[in-house]
Parts: sequence; structure tokens; C-alpha cells
Amino acid sequence: MTSAHDPCFARPISLTVNARERSVVASTRRTLADLLREDLGLTGTHIGCEQGVCGACTVKVDGEIVRSCLVLGVQCDGRSVETIESVALDGELSIEQTAFWEKHGLQCGFCTPGLILTVSDFLDNNGDPTEDEAREAISGNVCRCTGYQFIVDAVLDAAAHRQDARMTSEES
Amino acid sequence: MKPPIFRYHDPRTIDETVALLAEYGDEGKVLAGGQSLMPLLNLRLAAPVDLIDLNRVAEMTYIRSSLGDAELRLGAMTRHSHAEFSGEIGRRLPLLSKAVRLIGHTAIRNRGTLGGSLAHADPSAELPATMTALDATIVARSASSSREIAIDEMFEMPLVTSLRPDELLVEIRVGPQPSHEGSAILEVARRHGDFALVGVIARVMLASDGSLESVRLVSFGTGPVPVRLERTAQALVGQHLSASILDEAAGVASAEVRPTGDGHGSEPYRRSVTGVLVRRAVTQAVEDAIRRTDQEGNTP
Repeated sequence: MTSAHDPCFARPISLTVNARERSVVASTRRTLADLLREDLGLTGTHIGCEQGVCGACTVKVDGEIVRSCLVLGVQCDGRSVETIESVALDGELSIEQTAFWEKHGLQCGFCTPGLILTVSDFLDNNGDPTEDEAREAISGNVCRCTGYQFIVDAVLDAAAHRQDARMTSEES
Repeated sequence: MKPPIFRYHDPRTIDETVALLAEYGDEGKVLAGGQSLMPLLNLRLAAPVDLIDLNRVAEMTYIRSSLGDAELRLGAMTRHSHAEFSGEIGRRLPLLSKAVRLIGHTAIRNRGTLGGSLAHADPSAELPATMTALDATIVARSASSSREIAIDEMFEMPLVTSLRPDELLVEIRVGPQPSHEGSAILEVARRHGDFALVGVIARVMLASDGSLESVRLVSFGTGPVPVRLERTAQALVGQHLSASILDEAAGVASAEVRPTGDGHGSEPYRRSVTGVLVRRAVTQAVEDAIRRTDQEGNTP
């Protein structure tokens, strides 16, 4: 019934993933989440609900956070995707990752990749959030382990460390 | 779960799109931002034979306005986040600016589109009710025709609009709000960003003596389509705002809506919340109107 060569059902695509060019023949019904996990072996992006509600699958496409379970892989042909695997540069944890570690913002870690990307995007746009703003910023990400307070603490801690880093770089 | 098999099409222009709809529109679906349709595909609650992806149709994303009182024209693929951060919309359609901020979360607003939300017609959604409150006009194109649909003709039932299977929603036309007008949109949801249980939109203009010269109220989550609360608005026009006037309006609003109860909120709860939100939304809209009038007055 379906032909692998018919572009309505499958087609070759090229996309940049974590700064590397990747080429893949993708089924047109493959979500970006599944493309990343199954076709590219990047299993840091997690699938929780496949309805866009839990936020576990959050990645960046062309610099903007999106729910990868609600994006088709073929929609990313020619685009740039960043996943959690791009965050710890040269093995050094990012400010957000360090804050989550120090403030116990994770236990099982299932929701964490989606949260790290969501929080990083949030702090890029709000450098000095209140606790209410931090709480609202994570309201689209579901966590079953922490009870959220430690995550909120981690967000505020990351914000403070970002400010320190900015001041340090301004001085030098 | 994963989407069922479909034939995927990615047109580059409106002309290509409507040609595809002419051929495949009956059993096909258009994919805009995907924030409503992709969950349905993933849950296999929708199984279109053909999927027509609009995300490469660049000519459908724009915010156009002319000087003065000319209406704004919004391309249907304009993302919610684009509208959220648009200075033009913030200045001339502040109600729309406030409304898009309530839609879901950042990641959802980065993909979801104005046209998609209207074509999906979820009764709990903010945008259909906001466009109703703004008396917008929808422009729909097919391979053979183009027509304008008044917003009151647009929403027929939950998830059903008057768009024909071969029609594409291409543009939303909406007049700027008067500069002295105050507006507010409020909703109650279990988490910020969740679907609203009930929402209310208020637009008010004040007379020089401070009384309510004009009032428009629309509620959502209170029936199969957005509801114009006409009796409630009439109870407020000509009045000065007071606790007793607001109480009376809340009562009229609770009786005016016909919500359906479900597991998220019972019918009496939704009626009651409608009244509460009318009280709050009218109060906030009046405060907004006063601020705008003061600003105008103070401008040298």
C-alpha cells in the first residue's frame, strides 16, 4: 500500500541537530521526538504523553522551544534542532543543570531534559524572575517526583548564577 | 501512540494549497501549528487520508495595518508568540495581546497559529471568543472563490466551523480598538496554561461622567460556541460601576449562559464562575479604560 519511495509517505531530509548535519530518510508521519530518538539515537528527549501536555519532549527548533511530539520530523528539513544533548558543553554542566543538581530539582530525571530547555529559554528572556514567574514558567512541564518546589528553587538559583556570570564577564 | 498513515503534502503557496484542498479536502485535513491536530493524530482520534501542511506557505504569516482606523489584517499562519510580542498588536489590539498570553505555554505559542485556533473552534479556547469580542471577519479561499465570513457565522458547534472542506482560512481582519476603550480577558483553569473551564472577555467605553457608555461581553467554556452576553451587557450600560451593579450583572450572566457540565467543571460551577469573572473582567476593563483616558488627557 505505501511505497517507501513515494514522497507522500517517506522522504530524505537534512537537518542540523546539535550543530551537526544529519541526513535521514523519514516517514512523513514520524514525529520529531521519534525521529530524534529512533532514527538519530538521541534518547535524551523523552516522550511522556504525546499530546503536548507534559513537556518532557521539549526541544528547540530554529532557536525556539517546541513540543517535539507535536512536530513532524519532515517539518524540520533544512532546520536546526537542539536537544538536551547539546547542553553540557564539553562535559561541563550548564548553569541550569548545576542548579537542578544542587537544589534537588530532579529525582528520576524523566522530566528533566524538557525542563532544562524550558528553564534555559525562560531565563534567556527573564533575567530576574520572581518566584511566581518561575512557577508559572514551569507550569507546562509535569514532574511526578519532586513536588515542584525544588524545581522552582533551581530556577531562581540558576537566575542568580546567570547574573553572577554576567557581572563577572562585565568586570573582566 | 503514533499518527496513522496519511499522504503528506507540503505546498509552498496558497494557490497550491487550495488546489490540494479541491482534490483532497473531503477526507483531508490542513495542518497549521499542530498544537490541536497533532494530539488528535497521536491519539488516533483523527485519521485524515491526506495531510496538507501549511508550515511552508510563507505568504500566510503577516501582520498588516495601515494608519488611522483601518483594520488590521492578520495572516492565518501568524504564530501566537508572534502576536504576543507584536508592538502593532499591543498598540491597536491590546485585547488580542492579552488573550494570546493566556494560550497554553511558551512552547505551544511558538507553534500554534491564529488561524489554526479559529479553524479548530474549541469551545474552551481563548481566540475564538476574543475574535468574537473584536467582531473580526474571517477570509476564506478555495480554488474557485474567496469569501468573507462574519465571526458570528463562523463557529457552529464544538470543533465545527462554517468552513467548507475545500476552503482555507487565510486571513483575519479586525478593526483597531478605540484608544479610550478598556478591555480585559480572564479565565479560570486548573493550571495556568490549561484549557479554560470558563473565560470572560470585557470591552468597555466610559462616558465623560464615568458611567458605562458601551459594554461588550463574551464568554467561553460556557456552551458549544463563544457566547455574547448581551443581556448582561445591557444591564450594565448607562450605569456607574458599583458593587451592587456588578452583583446584578453577575447574576444575569450566570443565567444567560448554558454551559455543559463535565468532569472538569459541573454546570452550576461554570454558571457561578461566569458571574464571578464578569464581575472581575468588567472591573478590570473599567480600570483599563480610566488609565487610557488619563494617558490620553495627559499627552501634551
